[in-house]
Amino acid sequence: MGSYITFPELFIWIPILAGIICFFLKGEKSPKIWAILSSLLVLAAAVTSLFYTDDTKYATYNNVNYYWMKEIGNSFFVGLDGTGRILGLLTAIAFPVIFISTQKNTYKNTSAFYGLMLLTQGGLMGVFVAMDALLFYFFWELALIPVYFLCSKWGGEKRIQATFKFFVYTFAGSLLMLIGIIYVYQHTPQRIFEDGTVSAHSFALNSFLNASLTMEEQNWLFWLFFVAFAIKMPVFPFHTWQPDTYDQSPTSVTMVLSGVMVKMGLFGVIRWLIPVFPGATLQFDSLVIILCIIGIIYASCLAIVQDNIKKLVAYSSIAHIGLMCAALFTTNEMGVQGAMIQLFSHGINIIGMWVVVDILERQTGVKNISQLGGVAQKAPVLTIFLVIIALANIALPLTNAFVGEFLMFSGLFQVNTWYAIAAGISIILAAVYTLRMIQKVFYGDVSPAAEVVTDISFSEKAALFVIVVLVFVLGVMPQPLIELTKKAVNTFLATVN
Amino acid sequence: MSNIAKLVWLIPVLPLIGFLVNGLFRKNLSKGLSGFIGSSVVLASFVLSVLVFMQVKNGEVLNIHYFDFIRLSVLNIGFEFKLDALSALFLLIITGVGFLIHVYSTAYMHDEPGKDFARYFSFLNLFVFSMLLLVMGGNFVILFIGWEGVGLCSYLLIGYWFKREDYTDAANKAFIMNRIGDLGFLLAVFWLIAKVGSVNFDEVFSAASLAKLSATDITGITLLLFVGATGKSAQIPLYTWLPDAMAGPTPVSALIHAATMVTAGIYMIARSNALFSLAEFTQTVITIVGLATALLAASIAIKQNDIKKVLAYSTVSQLGFMFIALGTGNYVAAVFHVLTHAFFKALMFLGSGSVIHAMGGEQDIRNMGGLHKHMKITSITFLIGCLAISGIPGFSGFFSKDEILAGAYGHGPLLYAVVLFAALLTAFYMFRLYFITFTGKFRGTHEQEHHLHESPAAMTIPLVILAVLSVIGGLVGVPEALGGNHMLARFLSPVVPSAGHHIEHSTEYLLMGLSSVLVIASILFAWSRFKNYTGEGDAGGFGKLLQNKWYVDELYQATIVNPLRSISGFFDRIIEKKGIDGFVNGIGKAVSYGSRQMRLVQNGQVGVYVLLMVIGMLVLFIIQLFV
Repeated sequence: MGSYITFPELFIWIPILAGIICFFLKGEKSPKIWAILSSLLVLAAAVTSLFYTDDTKYATYNNVNYYWMKEIGNSFFVGLDGTGRILGLLTAIAFPVIFISTQKNTYKNTSAFYGLMLLTQGGLMGVFVAMDALLFYFFWELALIPVYFLCSKWGGEKRIQATFKFFVYTFAGSLLMLIGIIYVYQHTPQRIFEDGTVSAHSFALNSFLNASLTMEEQNWLFWLFFVAFAIKMPVFPFHTWQPDTYDQSPTSVTMVLSGVMVKMGLFGVIRWLIPVFPGATLQFDSLVIILCIIGIIYASCLAIVQDNIKKLVAYSSIAHIGLMCAALFTTNEMGVQGAMIQLFSHGINIIGMWVVVDILERQTGVKNISQLGGVAQKAPVLTIFLVIIALANIALPLTNAFVGEFLMFSGLFQVNTWYAIAAGISIILAAVYTLRMIQKVFYGDVSPAAEVVTDISFSEKAALFVIVVLVFVLGVMPQPLIELTKKAVNTFLATVN
Repeated sequence: MSNIAKLVWLIPVLPLIGFLVNGLFRKNLSKGLSGFIGSSVVLASFVLSVLVFMQVKNGEVLNIHYFDFIRLSVLNIGFEFKLDALSALFLLIITGVGFLIHVYSTAYMHDEPGKDFARYFSFLNLFVFSMLLLVMGGNFVILFIGWEGVGLCSYLLIGYWFKREDYTDAANKAFIMNRIGDLGFLLAVFWLIAKVGSVNFDEVFSAASLAKLSATDITGITLLLFVGATGKSAQIPLYTWLPDAMAGPTPVSALIHAATMVTAGIYMIARSNALFSLAEFTQTVITIVGLATALLAASIAIKQNDIKKVLAYSTVSQLGFMFIALGTGNYVAAVFHVLTHAFFKALMFLGSGSVIHAMGGEQDIRNMGGLHKHMKITSITFLIGCLAISGIPGFSGFFSKDEILAGAYGHGPLLYAVVLFAALLTAFYMFRLYFITFTGKFRGTHEQEHHLHESPAAMTIPLVILAVLSVIGGLVGVPEALGGNHMLARFLSPVVPSAGHHIEHSTEYLLMGLSSVLVIASILFAWSRFKNYTGEGDAGGFGKLLQNKWYVDELYQATIVNPLRSISGFFDRIIEKKGIDGFVNGIGKAVSYGSRQMRLVQNGQVGVYVLLMVIGMLVLFIIQLFV
C-alpha cells in the first residue's frame, strides 16, 4: 500500500475530476482550454512516470491497493507494468494532440462534450492499470458509456443508427465478458486480506491467473472473453460496427476510438485472455491467427474500393489491428514484442491520419475521394504531413510502424511460413490503397470542392509536428520503446509457455 | 578506429542534410543556392567515398556499429555499416555519377519555379541518401531501409510533376511493383532470422551459419531474395514499372537507371554471393530470367519511338545481362557491367535530356533527325555511349560485356549464342536510335528547328566527363588475354570470388573477334536502314506486338489489377454489406419485430393480465411437480 499518490491514480483521477468539473464550465473557450490543460497535466504525469520504471526501487510509486468491497474479494488495485505504461503513455499523448488539433471544430454544448471526453480518458486509463477483474470491467464500461453519448449527440446524420450498432455490439461483448469474469471468479482460491477479512473468492489478477479451471471450462470461457475483445478491436467478422461509427462520429471521438480505444481489446488479450486461459490459447491460437489473417486481407481489399476517406482509414485500421492480434497469438518474443510497440505506433499514426482527414472535411465539407483532388497545390504543408504519416502507416522503414510490423511478420513466420506470406500480401495492398488515396486527393488538378482549401493553422501544425517527430524518432531508435515493454513481454510469455 | 572510419557516417548524412535544408527552406532558397547545396553535399560524399576507397583497397574492411536498432533476447539488429571493396565501389558510382547528374540538373530544371526546384533537389538528395544506406548497411535490415527508401524516392521523383495523373500513375506503379519485390525480400530475411537468428552479413555468411541451412532453406531464401531483386532491378515479371518511370524529369531517369536503384538488386546478390553460390537451382532461375528479360526488353526497344523509352528498355535488357552474369556465378562481371553501364547509360540519358531540352520537350524520335549539326557535343558524346553499350572493342562496354559472354560460354555454347544475339539486338536498337535522332533530315516543326541549340555548359560538361569514362572505364577490368591483369577482379576478390570458368586464351580471342565482327555488322545494318529515315507508319503483325510491348501491361491489368478490384468490390457489396452486416442487422430486426409482437400483450386490459398470471402460476406449479 502506498503512502504517496501513485502514478496510476494520477492517470485515472486527473481526467475524471477534470471531466466532472468541466460540465459546470460556461462558454465555448473555457472548456476547451480546461480540457487541454488537464490533458497536458496527465501527459506530464505520464512522462514523469517514465523515470520511475524500476520496480525494485519505485514499486510504491507504481502500484496501490485499496480495500474496496473486500467481502467479495475485490479491491481497488491499480498498477503500472510495461503494457499499462505504453498504453497509458499513448492515452496521455493522444488526448492533448486530439484536443489541440481539433480546436477549430465547434460543438454545441461544449462543456458537456469535453467533460465526456475527459471521462473517457479516465476510463481508458483505468482499463490499462486495473489489476483486478471487477475494476477492469468497471473501467471498461466507464470508457464505453461517454463515447456512446459523444457519438449519438455530436455525430453525423446517420449517427443514431451507427451508435446504436456500436453500442449493442460492444455491450453484447461486455456482457459475455462479465459472465466469463463471474464464472472464473467462482473458481478462484480464497483470499485473506491483511486485516483478517476472508473472502471465498477473489477478483485480483493473480487469483484469476491461479483459478482452477478444467481444460473444457477454459475452452468455452476463452471464447466469451475473446468475442468481447474481438468486437472491441475489431477482428473479422465482428467489425461491421466500426466503419459506420468512425464515419459518423465527430472526428475527435473517432481519433479516441481508433487511436486508443481499440487498444482496449488488444490489451484485454495481453492482460487477461491469454494469461488466464493459457491452455485454451494453445488450443485455439491457429484458429485465431487464421481469422485475423482473413480479416487483414479482407479489410485491405475493402479499403481499396472505398470512396469515403474515413471508411478507407477505418478499414486500414482493421487490417493493422488484425495483424497485432495475430502477432499476440504467435506467443513468441518477436511477435509479441512487435505487437507491443505497435500498440503505441499505430495509435500515433492513425490519430495523425484522422487529423488530416478532419482538416480536409472541415474545410471542404466533403469526405469522398472522388470529390477531392489537387489539395497539394492548395495546401503543400498539409500534404507533406499527410504523405509522411500515410507512409508511416504502411510501415516504411525508418518510421515507427516499420519496427513493429517487421517483428510481427517475423514472429508469424516463426509459427508458420504461410501465415507470414498471407499476411504479407497486406504490405502490398496497403501500398495500393494508400497511394491511390494520396494520388486522388492530393495530386492532380484542383477539384471544385478543394478550391476552398487553405493550408494548415499553427495549432494543427503543432499537433502534426509532434506526431511526425514521434514517427521518426521511434522509427530510427525504437529500442527505448522495446526496453519499456521488455519485462512485460517476458512475463506474458512466461504465463503461456 | 582509423580517421576515415570516424567520418564514414557523414557519407549518407550529408545528402540527408541536403534533403532537409532544401526541403524545409524551399521557399526561401534561391535556385542557385539550392542547386549548389544539393550538388555540393553529394560532391562531399564523393570525396569521402574516395577516401574510403583508398582505405579499403588493400582488403581492409570497416565494420562500424553505431547503436542497437532492435535488440531482443532472440535477435539483435544493429545500426551498422560495413565498408569493403564492394560497397566502396558502389559508393564511388553512386556519389560520382550522382554528382554529375546533380550538376546537370541545375541547368536542366532551371525553368521550374523556385520551390519546386528546391523540392526536386531535396528528393534527389534523399535518393542518394537511401542508396548510400543500401550499400553501406552491415546487415539485411539496414540494407532494406535503403532498399525501400529508393523505392520511395523513385515514387516521389517519378511523380514529381504531380498534376499529371498519368505521371502519378507511373509513380504508384513503381512503388507498388517494388513493394511486391520487397515482400519477397522481407520473407527471405524472416527465413534467415528463423534459421540463423541473425541478419548481420558476417554472421549469416559465416560457415557456421551456412551449415545450419538445409538445401531447401538456401534455395528458398535465395529465390525470395531474387524476387526482391526482380522488383528493384526490373526483371521479369516485375520490370514494367521501369519504362513507365521515365515520367519523371530526365536526370531522374539517369539517376534511377544508372547510378542507383536498379543496381540495388545486383549489389544485393553480389553481396550475398556466399548464399547464391550454394543454390544451384536459384542460379539457373536467375540465368533464365536474366536471359528472357534481356531478349524481351531488347525486342521491345527495337520498335519504340520515344527516345527515353528506348533507353529505358535498354536498361532493362542490360540488367538482364548482369543477371545472366550473376546466374552463371560470374559476380565480378556483373559488378563490372554495373560500373560501365553506369557511365554510358547516365551519359545517354543525360544526352537524351539535352536533346529533349533542345527540342522544347519533344521526345518522339520520328520528329527529330539531323540533330548532329545543331548540337555536336551531345551528338558525339551520345555516339560514344552507343559505341560503349554495343561493345565496340576499346570502349568500356566491350570489356564488361565480353566477360559476361565468356562466362556464358563457360556454361555452354548455346547460352553464349543467345546472349550474343541479345547483344547484337542491343547494337541494332541503339544505333537505330542514334541514326534516327542525329542523322538524316530534321523532321520536326519549323519553329522547333529554329530553336535547336547546344545545351549550356552545366549540361555538356557532365556529358563530356561521362563520355571519357565510357571510353576508358573498361580499363579497370582488362582481361589477362589482352595483357591486362583485371584490377577490378583483384580489388573485389576479398568480397566476391572470381568466376570459376577458365577458357583458353585462344578461344577467348576467337569469341571476342566473333562478337566484335557481328556487332559491327549489326551497326552497319542499322545504318543502312535508318541513315535516311523519313518516318514509317504504324507497324503491323510482329512489329505491332513489339511496339505494344508484348501487351504485358494489358496482361497484368487483366489478370491481376482487374480481378483484385472485382474481388474487393464483391467483398464490399456482397460479403460486407449483405452478408455480415445483413446478419447483424437481421438480429436487430428480429429483436425489434419480436418486441413489437410482445408489446401487444401489454394492452392495458386487466382481464388479460390476470389470465396470464394464472397461466404463469400453473406453469410454475407443473414444473415444481415434475422436478
